[in-house]
Amino acid sequence: MALAFDQAAARVTPRDVTAWDRLKTNRHWLGAWFMLPAAVFLVLFLAYPLGLGIWLSFTDARLGREGIFVGLENYDFLRDDPVFWLSVFNTLLYTSVASALKFAIGLYLALLLNEHLPFKAIIRAVVLIPFIVPTVLSAIAFWWLFDPQFSIISWSLKKIGLISNNIDFLGNVWNARWSVIFANIWRGVPFVAITLLAGLQTVSPSLYEAATIDGASPWQRFRYITYPLLTPIIAVVMTFSVLFTFTDFQLIWVMTRGGPVNATHLMATFSYQRAIMSGYLGEGAAISTAMIPFLLATIMVSWFGLQRRKWQQGSDND
Amino acid sequence: MTDFTRRSLLKGGTALAAAGMVSSEALVEWAKAWAQTAPWKPEKGAKLAMLRWKYFVQAEDDAFVKMLDAFTKATGVPVEVSRESYEDVQPKASVAANTGTGPDLFWGLYSLPHLFPQKCLDVTDVAEYLGKKYGGWVDSAVKYGKGSGTKWIDIPICYSGALINYRLEASKKAGFSKFPAKTDEFLEYAKAMKAQGTPGGFALGHASGDGNTWIHWCLWAHGGNAVDKDDKVVINSPETVKALEYAKTLYGYMIPGTASWNDASNNKAFLAKEIFWTNNGISIYVAAQNSAKDIAEDMDHAYFPIGPVGKPTELHLMYPVLAMTYTKYPQACKALMAFMLEAENFNPWIQSAKGYLTHCLNAYDANPIWTVDPKNTPYRDVAKRSLTAGGLGSVGEKAATAIADFVVLDMFANYCTGREDAKGAISVAERQLRRIYR
Repeated sequence: MALAFDQAAARVTPRDVTAWDRLKTNRHWLGAWFMLPAAVFLVLFLAYPLGLGIWLSFTDARLGREGIFVGLENYDFLRDDPVFWLSVFNTLLYTSVASALKFAIGLYLALLLNEHLPFKAIIRAVVLIPFIVPTVLSAIAFWWLFDPQFSIISWSLKKIGLISNNIDFLGNVWNARWSVIFANIWRGVPFVAITLLAGLQTVSPSLYEAATIDGASPWQRFRYITYPLLTPIIAVVMTFSVLFTFTDFQLIWVMTRGGPVNATHLMATFSYQRAIMSGYLGEGAAISTAMIPFLLATIMVSWFGLQRRKWQQGSDND
Repeated sequence: MTDFTRRSLLKGGTALAAAGMVSSEALVEWAKAWAQTAPWKPEKGAKLAMLRWKYFVQAEDDAFVKMLDAFTKATGVPVEVSRESYEDVQPKASVAANTGTGPDLFWGLYSLPHLFPQKCLDVTDVAEYLGKKYGGWVDSAVKYGKGSGTKWIDIPICYSGALINYRLEASKKAGFSKFPAKTDEFLEYAKAMKAQGTPGGFALGHASGDGNTWIHWCLWAHGGNAVDKDDKVVINSPETVKALEYAKTLYGYMIPGTASWNDASNNKAFLAKEIFWTNNGISIYVAAQNSAKDIAEDMDHAYFPIGPVGKPTELHLMYPVLAMTYTKYPQACKALMAFMLEAENFNPWIQSAKGYLTHCLNAYDANPIWTVDPKNTPYRDVAKRSLTAGGLGSVGEKAATAIADFVVLDMFANYCTGREDAKGAISVAERQLRRIYR
């Protein structure tokens, strides 16, 4: 009875279509609604922390205590801080050397794994191992390998008779830098190799066949077929690889804590030491913020530098 | 041959359990009597929460839990304990002090109460009661307890000591029947030890404990200081240069590689017979007793040598407990603090820590842990010999920051490894200290 009455009432006074009704049913707005949860997620967990970090770098906040706005004071201090510039130098050296070698070795491995090998699947799985092992564990393993007293490397070389004293891997400035770079390369190569391998497998074999018929040498096939077709994936892989290397923390923290005499402090570990260990949140945030321009530059280079071809942006390659 | 049956085993088990019960019950009986006469009566319905630093020795925590049990049974106040590594207690306490909510009691590093002195409950009555009853507080504990004020804002519980660990036979062979007591002799000792292939070493890497203790000893032993008594930065002094030169000479007599050492490195190297002297807590000795008896027998502990200033200049870490002013149960907090340090509780507890921890109340010098094994004895005196963090200056946040940021440690490492000359190393440290102490 009541239902019938309601229906009758509805028929009598047809409601105006409100803006809200349109928003509810409009197809374009529907897309926006669907994106809203993701947007909230991104703002809450990415944009807000980033903004907060930048804001903190303009304050004198200490751990557990609100700071007041001090403008560029933190940056001013860092500008004349030799340890900060040392950490910038270390980070650039670490990132450039490790990324270049990771790319070279990774590409070489990918090309090898793309050939027809016996036990191909197993070998490909084995290559991934360094990437699967938790970073902290591999860092501890390297810490032992590079121990000033117990290094197996020093021990073996001594037994063979090549050296008479242990190598001071982590106690000497340059030894320590090369040691941590080596550990980072060991850890990062599988990511590059496996991703490039995936890229290689998308290259159509018919291209190689045609090139072979035309009499192309292996180098020419690599240079004019493999490399151009691989550039998009190289751009992505190297962007990620550089970003991960630049922001590396665990390997350094476990192996050297930035020592000896700050020779292996990266900006990330230095920021942690100032912000969390010493409690200078503002200054630590300023060090982190100083990383942003470098990271942006990396992204720019890979996106604008390596993705110039039109077909990579969806049009014909004329 | 005894015939074991299930029954006889059960009986034995019950007897053992009963023995344990008796002592626990006796403790509870005593605790009840204590609660009757103690000057602090917990509020009705009081409940306490405490955040403490994570133990080094399991037995210590077991003894602590037993103590709390007795407290709860005697006073009806339940105590909920959570544990964090000692470096992590500080940020949590800071947030709690800031927001006014969180555990009632915090037990962490020396710097903790001085980060927010106005948020700490005034516990002067507890400190005076304990001091009077147990032979007085050691000097460093008084400074840590009061800071620059007149009221006690925390109750010092214990120190973890770091002293010289050395091998006996190798030292004898080098011509030293006892560990050198003066810094000059120590250089001779280190030189002779290195010459005969039994070197030692101090950590020069970012080792929060072992690195910081020895370089502060070295700086202070030569009359150097990071700041004066008004917290003015005075690191740039001829005394600091002398300390640096001393350390560099000593570094030359150490085993190679100490620039990368962390807190665990010297323990490993000592137990592997790679080094024959170092600085450490009692942990090497305890580990050696369990797994390397020959080392345990052939090692001993000694105070740090005394330098040109003519008095001990050691640095040991202190762990105080504090109550927050926001607690709803200040009387219960004070009762628990006093209860922890009463002889009936404190003696078994400090004993369970096996020498890792040292008391701050003079009467506990008599605890048998210090004499049952003469090799433990030097650790008895660490609280008495310790200077406070920051040296002449204040003991608060600034001193703690300078230590956590390795300012003085890096100065020594820079100079010893030849990265910087003395002037350069000092000026980097001076600049950082100026910022911390502004």
